[in-house]
Amino acid sequence: MTFADQLIIAPILIPLFAGGLMLLLDGRRREAIAAIGILSTLALLAVAIVLLVTSMEEDPARTLRVYLLGNWSASFGIVLVVDRLAGPMLLLTATLGCAALLFPLASWHRAGSYFHPLFQFLLMGLNGAFLTGDLFNLFVFFEVLLAASYGLALHGSGRARVSASLHYIVINLAASTLILIGVSLIYGTAGTLNMAALGERIPLLDPSQRRLFDIGTSILGIAFLVKAAAWPLGFWLPTLYAAASAPVAALFAIMTKVGFYVILRLGSITTEASGGETMLFAEGWLFTIGIATMCFAAIGMLSSQDMGRLAGYNVLVSSGTMLAAIGLGGTGMTSAALFYLVSSTLTVAAFFLLVELVERGRTPADDVLAVTLEAYGAEEEEVDEENEVGIAIPAIMAVLGVAFLACALLLAGLPPLSGFIAKFALISNLLEQHWLGGGGIVSVQGWILLFVILISGLATVVAVTRAGMRSFWTFTERELPTIRGVELGAVALLLFLCVALTVQAGPVMRFMQVTAHGLELGRPYIGAVQSQPGNGLRQKERTP
Amino acid sequence: MELVISITIGVLAGSGIWLLLRPRTFQVIIGLSLLSYAVNLFIFGMGRLRVGAPPVLDSSVPGTLAHYADPLPQALVLTAIVISFAMTALFLVVLLAARGLSGSDHVDSVERSQ
Repeated sequence: MTFADQLIIAPILIPLFAGGLMLLLDGRRREAIAAIGILSTLALLAVAIVLLVTSMEEDPARTLRVYLLGNWSASFGIVLVVDRLAGPMLLLTATLGCAALLFPLASWHRAGSYFHPLFQFLLMGLNGAFLTGDLFNLFVFFEVLLAASYGLALHGSGRARVSASLHYIVINLAASTLILIGVSLIYGTAGTLNMAALGERIPLLDPSQRRLFDIGTSILGIAFLVKAAAWPLGFWLPTLYAAASAPVAALFAIMTKVGFYVILRLGSITTEASGGETMLFAEGWLFTIGIATMCFAAIGMLSSQDMGRLAGYNVLVSSGTMLAAIGLGGTGMTSAALFYLVSSTLTVAAFFLLVELVERGRTPADDVLAVTLEAYGAEEEEVDEENEVGIAIPAIMAVLGVAFLACALLLAGLPPLSGFIAKFALISNLLEQHWLGGGGIVSVQGWILLFVILISGLATVVAVTRAGMRSFWTFTERELPTIRGVELGAVALLLFLCVALTVQAGPVMRFMQVTAHGLELGRPYIGAVQSQPGNGLRQKERTP
Repeated sequence: MELVISITIGVLAGSGIWLLLRPRTFQVIIGLSLLSYAVNLFIFGMGRLRVGAPPVLDSSVPGTLAHYADPLPQALVLTAIVISFAMTALFLVVLLAARGLSGSDHVDSVERSQ
């Protein structure tokens, strides 16, 4: 086993040790703790890049790498797997981690204790959930990331945060019991929890067992739909994300994607084994749930008065779009959904950070005034004829305004940024697959998805524009927000990445297409995990 | 034995879900605890119920599942117990914080009459 192979476990170990070290330090040494956090997150970024680059090699033996914990073979021990799906997710987590860690260095990390250790443990849980090849281990990493997220959601305290966190914790604890029920049903029928081994055993199950197994996978699927905040299981999300402090909400932007990732992963393994028929979820259901989530989120966006909730509903839009896209199926749709995942995660994170910066100068009275003005249609304040030249917008507001505009374009999927490319890819695949391809005409589902994508885009434009006008163009006198360089830097970093994603859309999309194709096959994953030699075989020979 | 275990799981889960849907935070936490007990028993049950079969290997007995209880679900239960215990403790803290900040033990932090 080479050094590069040992790197696979690094995304879990680095934040674990960094977080542990922080806890040992005196809480008042903020600089030292923050420095450890930055070093660890940068190390994660480097490791993620190395893992991604190796997974892009042509040699199929290198693209999918398996790490046997304790060198026990897959049938006995727990495996970690890096492939073309886990690699980009790790990189996305590390990138988001960097931006979300840069931002609070200005002030937010002083709002409560243990911000940095919890942040590291959240990263550890996320990385573990992306890497693991074992269902129960997946549950454990989910609990790690959830436990850290409870602490982070409460960061800064206050009545709104505690109340929203209370709901969040109850819902996730209930969802965790669902995961356990699903996992134990799967173990009871198939006799293994290793995802690759499951893929092999499904066709061998007899019908009575198979029925129980299907119930198990469905319960598991429901639990992960709660995590992905799909309608009607996602009402907790907008309140929580609006209440959470900005850097935390930005990092949370990837948490719904973990649920999506697991659904995709399990779907891939179980689909192939049962001969092309998705058994984790009847395809129609996933599609319907996705569409319902998008509609709910679009209505929610239009109705939300504050920008935090607006951003929260944007998370729901992206969640719904991805679920509907994979619900429709096909390599093209999956690859477009993955591209959309990367783009929308970065965008929503940037939007959460930006919202906090824009809202910083506002007092609650401003909001009341703005709403009252809108509701009662109070006449515009008379601007003196002589001063008609206009009011100078302060430089900092102009910078924020440009960033806000970029976010609006990205969220709504308007050209020229990556949000447009992602939605364009979805729609073009939709038309190509069902129209130009074999089917003759676009199916009803295809039309519905196309229509809902466009409508939700329109709703985003309306809602974000309204919020932007209220923040940047109102005449109310307000104090200018004091903004530190690192905070703007974090937003700029995320937006720059979106621009980079726009410029490099071709290579990224090709990469995602290969990923989606690999997921469709499923077999390479199962084969690579099962064929990895480990200690287990000797054990097996000893026992008759 | 199967019947007793299934009825126990059913009663625990049923009461847990009922309490989970109640409006007071204390009822919710008790509901979550009952639900996690039910789930722990359920995981244990999925390893098949056996009387007098240890989950520990013995060199004089063939090492197949015919002679032993399946140790894996028992290991899973241990993990699940630890995790649900820790989460209950954490939830208790948040519950008290919510009670302290809002002066109400309603899950929405607001009494309906207000």
